[in-house]
Amino acid sequence: MKYALFLGCTISIREQNYEMATREVAKKLGIEFIDVEDFSCCGFPIRPTSAEASLLIAARNLAIAAEISEKICTLCNACTSTLTEANKELNNDKELRKKVNKELINIGRKFKPGLNIKHFSRILYEDVGLEGIKKKIVNDLSCLRFSVHYGCHYLRPSGIYDYFEDAENPSTFEELVETTGAEVVDYKNKLDCCGSPILGVEENIAHSIAKRKLDSVKENKVDALITICPFCSIMFEKSQKKIEAKFNVEYNLPVLYYPQILGLALGINIEQLGFRMNKIKPDALLGKVIGS
Amino acid sequence: MIDSKELDQNFKYEVSKEIEGANITRCFACGTCTSSCPVREIDNKYNPRKIIRMVLLGMRERVLKSNFIWLCSTCCICDDRCPQGVNLTKIMTALKNIAAKEGYIHPFFRGQARLVSTFGRLYDVEDFDNKKRMKLGLIQVKKNFEEVTKLTKNILPKEAIQ
Repeated sequence: MKYALFLGCTISIREQNYEMATREVAKKLGIEFIDVEDFSCCGFPIRPTSAEASLLIAARNLAIAAEISEKICTLCNACTSTLTEANKELNNDKELRKKVNKELINIGRKFKPGLNIKHFSRILYEDVGLEGIKKKIVNDLSCLRFSVHYGCHYLRPSGIYDYFEDAENPSTFEELVETTGAEVVDYKNKLDCCGSPILGVEENIAHSIAKRKLDSVKENKVDALITICPFCSIMFEKSQKKIEAKFNVEYNLPVLYYPQILGLALGINIEQLGFRMNKIKPDALLGKVIGS
Repeated sequence: MIDSKELDQNFKYEVSKEIEGANITRCFACGTCTSSCPVREIDNKYNPRKIIRMVLLGMRERVLKSNFIWLCSTCCICDDRCPQGVNLTKIMTALKNIAAKEGYIHPFFRGQARLVSTFGRLYDVEDFDNKKRMKLGLIQVKKNFEEVTKLTKNILPKEAIQ
């Protein structure tokens, strides 16, 4: 299983624990990554300013990928949706493809149809498979209880993902977490947005959106909230102290990336999973695992 | 109060010509978007059904100069649930794109557009960042993408990159 790894901007600069854990988990499960230095931003952040510029940036990345591997692995939900949508539109619309290639030719690139883009979690679910993961589990995490946050762009718009999940009632992320032996605890607003895309527009609204989720997750007394997108994680983890201060509440809720807990279950050394970089220290849950 | 003299009947067609605006005239105002919206639940000033209605009525200046069009979190719940396939997230993008061209771009997104067009990334990667990556045993990342700068410079509204 070989994939060109699309890291995106935020993971490589701010959320390296996600990258470290992903690389270790991939190694353990026989997934090979090709690092591509020329991959830039996916195009998502520029879309509100110009959808055309966003499409061109995505198309450039896809053109580069086509020279290396037909399969791309993404880690960020926003990168996943931006690249998947651009790929779909350029595959289906010959006129658009012509127009985009006319621009790409100026920088010596060309989009070619036939690429396949998948988020790492979807690769784990579909290409490695639950049984494939379970076979490699050496540490049972049944002493832990987690809640999951999918993140909007992992599921929606569901049409661009060919409806691989039921976006109103998804289950694949829970199933992935359950391979570790941990219990997954459902909560009422699981599918709500984290609020991060408007953090820079109106911080109070973004924080209120995140607070609603943190409130319901905390109510269930889980050991951590598990995410698969750097923006969602920044919202729930890096902004948690600010939200606590603003609304006079206390969460102290660890927010971990799925590959970090999967890595624990796969017996990967804790140092290699980047827990030290987590702002809300997961020491209590790590203690339970090491002590058990 | 809506003053009919201030309405621009062509606005909806202008929006539908944008690459993300095609389906706006399909809206029959059922309100599924508004009742599903996580932002509206917190603050009523962002109300997708109302915004679509304002566009269809031709309230061009009020929509483009507003702060509310920048509040769509792009969660796409409304897109998935809309019975008419209006693609509201795309419509909001189309409105933001027109607003940006008219010089009403929100400073947050202007900042992001500048970073991406200048560096090809959302961040100005410094030596410190690559040193940190090296310490963590991770590969170095590229700092500049001239191809991205070249690709975007004639397309982005001047207001966004100057």
